[in-house]
Amino acid sequence: MNLILASIAVLFLSSLVSLAVQGKPRIAGILGACGSVLALGLGIVPAVQALMGSQFAPLAFASSMPWLSFSMGLDPISAIFLVPIYILSGLVAVYGTGYMKPYAEQKNTAFYWFFYNILVASMVLVCVARNGLFFLLCWEVMALSSFFLVAFENDKVEVRKASWIYLIASQLGTVFLIPMFILFGNQSGSFEFSSFYNCLTPAAATGCFILGCIGFGTKAGIIPFHVWLPEAHPAAPSPVSALMSGVMIKTGIYGLVRMITFLGMPPLWWGMVLIAIGALSGILGVLFALAQHDIKRLLAYHSVENIGIIVLGIGVGLIGISTGHQTIAVLGFAGGLLHVINHALFKGLLFLGAGSVIHQTHTREIDHMGGLIKKMPITALTFLIGAVAISGLPPLNGFVSEFLVYMGSFSGITSLEAETAMPLAGVIASLALIGGLATACFTKVFGIVFLGEARTIQLDHVQESPASMTVPMIILAFSCVVIGLSGPLVVRLLIPEVLAIVPISGPFVFDPSEWLVNISIVASGLVVLIILGAGFRKFLLSRRTVGQTVTWDCGYAAPFSRMQYTASSFAQPLTDLFSAFLKTKKHIKVPADYFPAQASIETHTADPSNERVYRPVFAQAVGLLSRMRALQQGRIQIYVLYIVVTLIALLLWKLR
Amino acid sequence: METEIIAMYAFSIIHMFVGFALAPLMIGIVNRTKAVFAGRTGQPFLQPYYDMVKLLRKGAVYSRTTSWIFRAAPVVGLACAVAALAIVPFGNAPGLLSFEGDLVFFAYVLGLWRFFLVIAALDTGSAFEGMGASREVQFSAMAEPVLFVGLATVATLTGSLSLSDMIAGLSLPLAEIVLVAAALFVVFLCENARIPFDDPNTHLELTMIHEVMVLDYSGPDLGFVLYSAALKFWVLGALIIGITVPLDEGLPVWASCGYAFLGMVMLALLTGIVESVMARVRLLRVPQLLAAAGALAICALIFSMR
Amino acid sequence: METYIEASVILLLLTDIALFGTSRLYTCITIAAVQGVLLGLIALFANAETFIPRIIVIASIGIVIKAFVFPYLLKRTIRQAGVQREIQPFIGYLSSLVVSLVLFGVSIWFSAKLPLALGAGRSMIIPAAIMTMFTGLFLIVARRKALTQCIGYIVCENGMYLFGMVAVGEIPALVELGILLDAVAAVTVMGVAMYHINREFDHIDTDRLSSLKG
Repeated sequence: MNLILASIAVLFLSSLVSLAVQGKPRIAGILGACGSVLALGLGIVPAVQALMGSQFAPLAFASSMPWLSFSMGLDPISAIFLVPIYILSGLVAVYGTGYMKPYAEQKNTAFYWFFYNILVASMVLVCVARNGLFFLLCWEVMALSSFFLVAFENDKVEVRKASWIYLIASQLGTVFLIPMFILFGNQSGSFEFSSFYNCLTPAAATGCFILGCIGFGTKAGIIPFHVWLPEAHPAAPSPVSALMSGVMIKTGIYGLVRMITFLGMPPLWWGMVLIAIGALSGILGVLFALAQHDIKRLLAYHSVENIGIIVLGIGVGLIGISTGHQTIAVLGFAGGLLHVINHALFKGLLFLGAGSVIHQTHTREIDHMGGLIKKMPITALTFLIGAVAISGLPPLNGFVSEFLVYMGSFSGITSLEAETAMPLAGVIASLALIGGLATACFTKVFGIVFLGEARTIQLDHVQESPASMTVPMIILAFSCVVIGLSGPLVVRLLIPEVLAIVPISGPFVFDPSEWLVNISIVASGLVVLIILGAGFRKFLLSRRTVGQTVTWDCGYAAPFSRMQYTASSFAQPLTDLFSAFLKTKKHIKVPADYFPAQASIETHTADPSNERVYRPVFAQAVGLLSRMRALQQGRIQIYVLYIVVTLIALLLWKLR
Repeated sequence: METEIIAMYAFSIIHMFVGFALAPLMIGIVNRTKAVFAGRTGQPFLQPYYDMVKLLRKGAVYSRTTSWIFRAAPVVGLACAVAALAIVPFGNAPGLLSFEGDLVFFAYVLGLWRFFLVIAALDTGSAFEGMGASREVQFSAMAEPVLFVGLATVATLTGSLSLSDMIAGLSLPLAEIVLVAAALFVVFLCENARIPFDDPNTHLELTMIHEVMVLDYSGPDLGFVLYSAALKFWVLGALIIGITVPLDEGLPVWASCGYAFLGMVMLALLTGIVESVMARVRLLRVPQLLAAAGALAICALIFSMR
Repeated sequence: METYIEASVILLLLTDIALFGTSRLYTCITIAAVQGVLLGLIALFANAETFIPRIIVIASIGIVIKAFVFPYLLKRTIRQAGVQREIQPFIGYLSSLVVSLVLFGVSIWFSAKLPLALGAGRSMIIPAAIMTMFTGLFLIVARRKALTQCIGYIVCENGMYLFGMVAVGEIPALVELGILLDAVAAVTVMGVAMYHINREFDHIDTDRLSSLKG
């Protein structure tokens, strides 16, 4: 516990120090990154220990505010979120030193490092806070510091707009969390988490569940509260997107899981609600991702999809708890929580890879890129590993967590009554659909960005990113492979954490890691087979002539790069099929005459929940609130009058 | 008892080799069936073998646009096909590597193969190959849920979670099985790029799916691609045969394998007949066909749960 | 017998789903005819042990009317109106398939809530009956052509017949014949009406009848 405190102290200290040396951006960057790396070194030790089953005594510092106390604790549930936070923030900080270098001339990068370290510290604090008010305080610090990071390039109009959307969305989310904590506090008489357990009546618990789903769901980015993700991620610098998408949105999941442990025995419909939310977020998230051609916007929608998978896992787990099936519960939660770690790794990796590409090509438009694998081999390889992992394919880590969720649902449909089994069958079908669509989406991204020929960008001055950027990516890619091949070990680490959530009656008999041993064997076998096959191919070709030519374009002898398929055309059959949800707008200029001179097509997929729900609502709200503007006269006397009137009113109310 | 188990696993190993050896024969049977329907003599049954051997002995030509992805994809595809072959049961012989949950691995290892095939197609930079890749991902994204719902039905019926146990635990006749088999047969035709989804014999690149994706391959790489496609035909076929052909558990393993092989031949014949009597449907209608298969699978699942 | 009943019920459900996804009017009519045969068979199978001539007679009359008379009338109307398929339905065929699955789920849920005691092998009859009624209503609501709506009406009647068969047990012969007569009258009237709509407007799209409002 002391090491966690020390890591938080280091983070705050380094953020202040980097602000102090803002005149020298290089030193500020190094010091800022050192803070996160040092915090990684310090904090990872107790976090892993907690995962291994060590107990830590909680800490508490009293405060002069009523209800508030700075109490902290470390248990397996916190640890599982702390591990990716520490790892990813350390690696992203190293990456940031390389990525922020070009910005140093135009902007004050010291601010970046200041808010970066504050953000990391506040995420750690959110996970260890054990007091409702303290939690909310850290939650707000987290929201604000990430807001400033999103707004880093605030000289651009679209960045300012995106960061406002982000700020408003996260504040609206908090609006739902405050009554939730008040409800808890009201019923238990204290804001300490330790007093929250099973303190609610069933009706209040239902209320809390709904409030928590909306409040934490906004941070996590479940549909329909996801609108800020596709706006904020393209606007933020890539390392910030990696950090936010990789771990910050997971604090929403942390809140959800933590809240579920307080609520006691869940009724069956909670699990079903979570499954419905998860399936909706997963399927629509990946569909919207397919329709995008801005690489970071696309990855942002994939975060929505993966949060959907995590929520599916938690939903399966809840159904397991409420029906009393240990196997289903353990598999569901283990799958969902392992996906938290996995998603942090591969989504962090993908955002860093995207950043590396944007760094070199200065565009986020996928349709302009192509052929980068020849210039940026390391970025391409690591991005490929991330892409395979996020598509949930073996032998990488994404498969392991999706496998657990699948198995939870499969064992559910074989052992439960039809009414409870049906939602689980829905989980299976939607996971399969998500998997297929994710494959479509990431073949698109990888194929169009890295393969083929460059479409409109110039490849001449593109080169591989510096080592400070590639090394973190290599480490992340490597850990994706390691988790993919050592599933049983990782899951064994997860078991104590899952048991903390699942109220087990009777001895714990089921161990999913036994199943995963087989997965590891087959996955390793697959790797061996690939190596053998490569050797065989090499042997076959060793004595033969190997020629080079242009691509066979059905006899056309002078193909050029603009003739290639683009991301939009690749995704078009699927986006047309689901056009009822996507509402893609097309601006087509059809070729005319026998020798058409000009033709163009432009597609744009706006977010319907943004277009049709939030925009009208906010337009109404603006109309309503503008009437209140009469109160704002801009004269100091009037404001003083308000204060006086309020004070008198309060006095009257108290003396009544 | 122990000897029986050993015998079973011996047959699993033998099945691996039988699959390796006979998979291309199935393609030969399909082609021959089509030829007979068209009133031609047709190529010899062993023609796919001749083609592959010849390809393996040739050199290769690569496009200058391609990278190592293009060269790696056939190898990955072959490895995935072999892994799938090791999982799928045949007759009463369980898969060599059968375990709880292998059905998920089975479907996803085929997914890994598809991933590499598609990016290899995009690696060439050809618009035609991009087009094929785009269609491939569209159709497979829709076929995947059908496959999973179908397998979920069989899992509910038998209460087991490994392909080998599932297939061993089935007993006929069940209405659900007929529905699942119909749905899986549609998936089988789609995944193997057969009519009505894709015409393996078409001569126009614009209309192809699987064939156009591998246009740029030559020599041993093309041999690998063709061979893994044959293995995929065998693997998915073995799954359907396992689900539809009723086998008594008391049957000796060798006899059950014989029945299963007969089933495979029948399936190849059926595929050939379907290809002869049907036309390829319009690409816009393909999702409808897969959705209908999905409806069958979901009906089967609902029946199996009551 | 249970196996046969079950098989017929499953086939009936499949015909329902097929109706959701078919655009050709001829095929729709044939499917509805097949449904009629299946219903007659279910009625016969369900009473196979107790040989009651009355039931056999009614079932046979039902089969004859639904499998031969209706298709004949409807196909004649098609020839007269010169339409082959439903073009541009209100709900597309892919979405219709999805709707069919949702409705199937709903009908299973409904039937689970209904307190009906059923014998072995008959647990799917009630869902199938509700589903068939839904199918008919869906065709009436979601399709444009008067003919498809007429088929929808017949299908809906099929569902009610099946429901009545299990829910009420023995329907008095008079009532059953009455319903059949109703359906015959309806089909005839609609046939005549469609003929006239077609002659007056050169099409049988019912949604454009609103232009009559003046």
